[in-house]
Amino acid sequence: MFKATVIVRKRPKILDPQGKAVEQGAKHLGFNNVLKTRIGKYIEFFVDTDDREAANNEVKQYCEKLLVNPNIEDFEYKIEVVE
Amino acid sequence: MSIKFGVVVFPGSNCDHDAYYATKKILEFDSEFLWHKDTDLKGSNVIILPGGFSYGDYLRTGAIARFSPIMNSVIDFANKGGIVIGICNGFQILLEAGLLPGVLLKNISTKFICKDVYVKVESKNTIFTNSIKHDVLKIPIAHGDGNYFASDNVLKELEDNDQIVFKYSSSESNISAEVNPNGSKLNIAGITNKNRNVLGMMPHPERATDPILKKSDGANIFRSIANNLLK
Repeated sequence: MFKATVIVRKRPKILDPQGKAVEQGAKHLGFNNVLKTRIGKYIEFFVDTDDREAANNEVKQYCEKLLVNPNIEDFEYKIEVVE
Repeated sequence: MSIKFGVVVFPGSNCDHDAYYATKKILEFDSEFLWHKDTDLKGSNVIILPGGFSYGDYLRTGAIARFSPIMNSVIDFANKGGIVIGICNGFQILLEAGLLPGVLLKNISTKFICKDVYVKVESKNTIFTNSIKHDVLKIPIAHGDGNYFASDNVLKELEDNDQIVFKYSSSESNISAEVNPNGSKLNIAGITNKNRNVLGMMPHPERATDPILKKSDGANIFRSIANNLLK
């Protein structure tokens, strides 16, 4: 069994109004050094196979077909063996 | 030829009844609900993907609805030239399904916006608009994610192929940043596909059909579709 962790980011050119709004909050709290806040997604799940290549394939396809919109997002993932 | 609207109901759709009411009770066309778990379009020749928050907008707007069983039938229907109109969340689903290009991002203000807006009918070369006499329609918007975005190449293609159907405008049909409610590229409020049989739009024409509301510009779009099918 593998555990997969996926990070989805908006492409640098894509506006992130949510990140901007959160950063305003940061300024109000006095975090004056905070800049370029951008909000993405962290997704974790398990893949029920012992074959690393099969797990890699499945994770990649899951990302490409559902978890990520290739028009605006990039992703990276890691898989690790779990008992 | 007869006309029958099929209104798809996803979990979280909330404009399905408005779309049904507008097409059936106000415009007096045949209309029927289509459940997302079904695959039968029940003889509909116009499919409406209504507004709402299908699957709670989880992951991305429209991302999960796009894989509903009914959507395979809708995609087949659209690829064979069937008429599909996606309104608001329905537009978001059409983009996720790849039936239209681009994506709808969060409004630039981050706020949910619910108000009447003017849209210029930018192209009358579609079955959705070719019998509309007005140049500008007054139709409400109600969305948090209506900020249309596509790469410069895609935008150019949309312009070159006359695929931009509606643009946010002033009541005199002027297009400017001041009348762009959500940050959409080129003030885009609605687009069609290359084959011109699929329309996605953020404004809600079904909410502007009942004359009792003193606001019925949206009816023009449904009537235009009917005029084309019935002639």
